[in-house]
Amino acid sequence: MNRTLKGRVAIVGVGETPYRNHGQSPDAEFKLALEAILRACEDAGIRPREIDGFASYGDDRSEAVRLATALGLPRLRSAVMQWGGGGGGSCAAVANGAAAIVSGQADCVVAFRSLAQGQYGRFGQSTASGTVSGERAYLVPHGVISPPQRFAMRVRRYMHEHGVRQEALRAIALASYQHAQANPRAVMHGKPLDAAKYDASRWIVEPFHLYDCCMENDGAAAVVMVPSERACDLPGQPAYLLGAASGSDHRFATHAHNSPAYASANFGTVAQDLYRMAGVGPSDVGVVQSYENFTGGVVMALAEHGLFPPGQANIFLTLENLLAPDGCLPLNTSGGNLAECYMHGFEQVIEAVRQVRGRSTAQARRSDVALVIGGPMVAPASSLLLGSAAAAGVPA
Amino acid sequence: MTAPYLPAGLPVPVPEPDAISAPYWNGLREGVLRVQRCTHCGTWQFGPEWICHGCLRFDPQWAEVEATGLIYSWERVWHPAHPALKERGPYLAVLVELPHAGNVRLVGNLLGDALQDVRIGAEVEGVFEHHPESAPPYSLLQWRLR
Repeated sequence: MNRTLKGRVAIVGVGETPYRNHGQSPDAEFKLALEAILRACEDAGIRPREIDGFASYGDDRSEAVRLATALGLPRLRSAVMQWGGGGGGSCAAVANGAAAIVSGQADCVVAFRSLAQGQYGRFGQSTASGTVSGERAYLVPHGVISPPQRFAMRVRRYMHEHGVRQEALRAIALASYQHAQANPRAVMHGKPLDAAKYDASRWIVEPFHLYDCCMENDGAAAVVMVPSERACDLPGQPAYLLGAASGSDHRFATHAHNSPAYASANFGTVAQDLYRMAGVGPSDVGVVQSYENFTGGVVMALAEHGLFPPGQANIFLTLENLLAPDGCLPLNTSGGNLAECYMHGFEQVIEAVRQVRGRSTAQARRSDVALVIGGPMVAPASSLLLGSAAAAGVPA
Repeated sequence: MTAPYLPAGLPVPVPEPDAISAPYWNGLREGVLRVQRCTHCGTWQFGPEWICHGCLRFDPQWAEVEATGLIYSWERVWHPAHPALKERGPYLAVLVELPHAGNVRLVGNLLGDALQDVRIGAEVEGVFEHHPESAPPYSLLQWRLR
């Protein structure tokens, strides 16, 4: 048997709550998760009680058994959590849920992310005092504490090795903001960004300006997956899995910034696996959603997915090239983590589904093969290719 | 004694409950830099682990190494992420590579003007920053240009 996810699983429904700034949600985090899941079922035309599996990542607090209990599911079969890596697991959650379907362990799996940071604190927030041990002991006493502080030196080294200029990072921020202006769901809708405003914005930590850093938000997002043969019986337009991969390069997670390949987003082996499963290459990709924890990580992630050689980053990463519909590679077409919502990248999975369906607010010209890249510079990382029935080789 | 580079109030580094990093932290208190080096295959290793990633023999030994190296990367922090740093203003963190110790890297602060131009590849030497009044006491390894 050919061991693959390609063409075997379809995303048949997507659901999101309204997206808000962190601490602004009137609803409990678990309620947000339920709301997104029910909306995804409605979009799919599936009764919620058909769900028999859940998959998530980043230690999501909305546990599968509690969801199954709250939704009165007749039975829970698959409950999968991607280990470690925070937002690096956004695509792996989809892949792990799909793998449960292909292996016959579940028939209808929801992959999701829910967070209300006002209730539970922010991702990567520092401990105020006391002692620190493990990897953080090598960093925190030197003031290397928050996520931008932990990733800036990796990006600086990459910029040094490949001659990447600040303007390349800026183009990524501008593309997200420009796309968000067409997207009424986006938290930064109506709040445009231009080059002058970017340049004038304060440094968080060099080389990251304020606009190089993701937002912090409340909300939830979910997708419903079924076997491909079931998808044609449902009313919604499916997006098929073409390929998925997750993992980590050789000793990437070595403590205290000792990754052998330091100037990397950790997609060296993941991207190869992804394209091999999908049977496509970088030139087939029509549109990309790439997790912006920080813009510098996007530069690295895109290059490691073969979309341009690192030495060409300054030439490739221009606003014109990154805009839908006609740029050579429309990027983060909903506004992404910078300007739609930092749903730890799961909003980008949903946006890729919209692109395949032809229903984005910033629709790319070519969207039959849509790439999603999860959190860069973390371990494990993950990425995902979604596509049309034709791209997946299944009957429409 | 060198004045601390960052204000007091940040969390104090201590070894994990399994004490794997204790030789490193105890060494800094003695003014000595130690990193793991496997006596069987010569592999250098940092952070420490219970096994050598080169030959998979348990309990790699610790070797004393000279606290000198090259700046491998750097960052200038402007937005404080901890209450103790609110009044500090910008500061510099550097990643220092030790070519004489298998190119292991250490994170520290670059002493001197926080607004100085930093050059990747610049030679630096270690400065032990002792915190004897802290409970528990600890020491850090900082860096200055040679």
